[in-house]
Amino acid sequence: MLLLSAFLGDETVLVCQGFMWIFDQSNSMIPRQFQYVAPSSLKDAVSLLREHGEDAKILAGGQSLIPLMKLRLMSARYLVDINHIPKLSYIKEEKDIIKIGALTRHAEIGASKLMKSKLPIMLDAASVVADPIVRNVGTIGGALAHADPSGDWGAIVLALGAELVAVGPKGERRIKAGEFFVDTFTTRLGPTEILTEIRIPSPRKKSGGAYLKLERKVGDFAIVGVAAQIALGDGGICVEAGIGLAGAGPKPIKATLAEKALIGKKMSDESIKKAAKISAENTDPPSDIRSSSEYRKAMVEVFTRRTLQAALDRMAQR
Amino acid sequence: MNRRKTPRSRAPKGRSRAALGPRKVGPENFKHMIRVTVNGVEREATVEPRLLLVHFIRDVLRLTGTHIGCDTSNCGACTLLLNGRAVKSCAIFAVQADGGEVLTIEGLAKDGKLNPIQEAFWDNHGLQCGFCTPGMIMTAYDFLRKNSNPSEFEIRRAISGNLCRCTGYQNIVKAVAAAAESMRSAKVTVTARRR
Repeated sequence: MLLLSAFLGDETVLVCQGFMWIFDQSNSMIPRQFQYVAPSSLKDAVSLLREHGEDAKILAGGQSLIPLMKLRLMSARYLVDINHIPKLSYIKEEKDIIKIGALTRHAEIGASKLMKSKLPIMLDAASVVADPIVRNVGTIGGALAHADPSGDWGAIVLALGAELVAVGPKGERRIKAGEFFVDTFTTRLGPTEILTEIRIPSPRKKSGGAYLKLERKVGDFAIVGVAAQIALGDGGICVEAGIGLAGAGPKPIKATLAEKALIGKKMSDESIKKAAKISAENTDPPSDIRSSSEYRKAMVEVFTRRTLQAALDRMAQR
Repeated sequence: MNRRKTPRSRAPKGRSRAALGPRKVGPENFKHMIRVTVNGVEREATVEPRLLLVHFIRDVLRLTGTHIGCDTSNCGACTLLLNGRAVKSCAIFAVQADGGEVLTIEGLAKDGKLNPIQEAFWDNHGLQCGFCTPGMIMTAYDFLRKNSNPSEFEIRRAISGNLCRCTGYQNIVKAVAAAAESMRSAKVTVTARRR
């Protein structure tokens, strides 16, 4: 391994080691033993988490968790299945807030009429997360709490300025999407907290959004994904801009500087190009088996440009 | 099938039984008794929580029509219907199907007559080695109920979570389109007869 690292660089070796480790374990596609509990209320679920602390994991759709458990990259002594808790799956609009229950499946978001009319950006994402069968099971809350840096929903909630509702022993609290992601696979959620709802401000009349994802094939995580939501005021001046990036760093990233470059300016090819450049310049994407850092960075620029244009086009259609 | 009387479970301290989920069996390995309706027949078994649904179907119930391809929820060979929607049964635990309904490839044919989708796969040579076929058909079954008149593009998207290593996609797409057509015309005939 030392010899290898001299030739290939440490990161490549780390990836190789990761694969070899998986092969070592590959006689077992069976997870380690665990206890399964299926509470029927949030209160019970939270107290189970409190009782077992770090030993417990929440099972929502399980489309990331179960494969990881099978590869034994992750294990839990207690699996708390929240699928039997009622009223965690819904899409509704109340007082200018669009609310999505954490247990709502990707496919349900993709089929939602409310989303189609108000937030077509959600349909963009719901049609590219994983593959069609996984989307029948996987949940938006599970994906967000898993916090894969290349996950699609992370970029979306950042672009939409969403708030995430978490319920814990002390009750409910709201976390701004911009503060939710801490690091790779790490969020602000405490070990005894459960993500229950995603709250998105209803978009203004003159607004539009889009999500574009670069992926090698269906089912992959994004090489790069860009979400953008913009709102225009009088004379085509941009009054609101949200840009979220997937795959561009150790966690989903809010392209704050690019957003600032757009707000207060008239939307034009020039302003879009400039924002795209800023968005790429301020990222430091990782290199991995899917792509090099340089390629990712170049694609952040291209996809920010295309996404902003798509958002504008969509606004024009409405 | 394990039908023995179940011993009382040992609930952890300070936890009501209700919060632990239904019918927990025995302290050893924390097994659960599950009851699943598979292809219309109620089946019962005592399983470890870590038993995957696909292993329950294949190894416990001996319904080996559902295949295991990649084991990492990429290939879709293990696709079956759980409570009416297509799922990859290698990424779901059997305990999660407790109280639910499962439909596998074995449950499609009725009275010795193949389902129109199976028929269409046969007619259009929609399979080469046949390994991906049960998954493809179950995916198509779910998809055609939601979209009875799909375009070729929609079919290709619908089966994008199912991999065919023979790369026999052309005929699979043809088969799904043919199945859609025959199911539509069958529906028309039935309605006409009723009138």
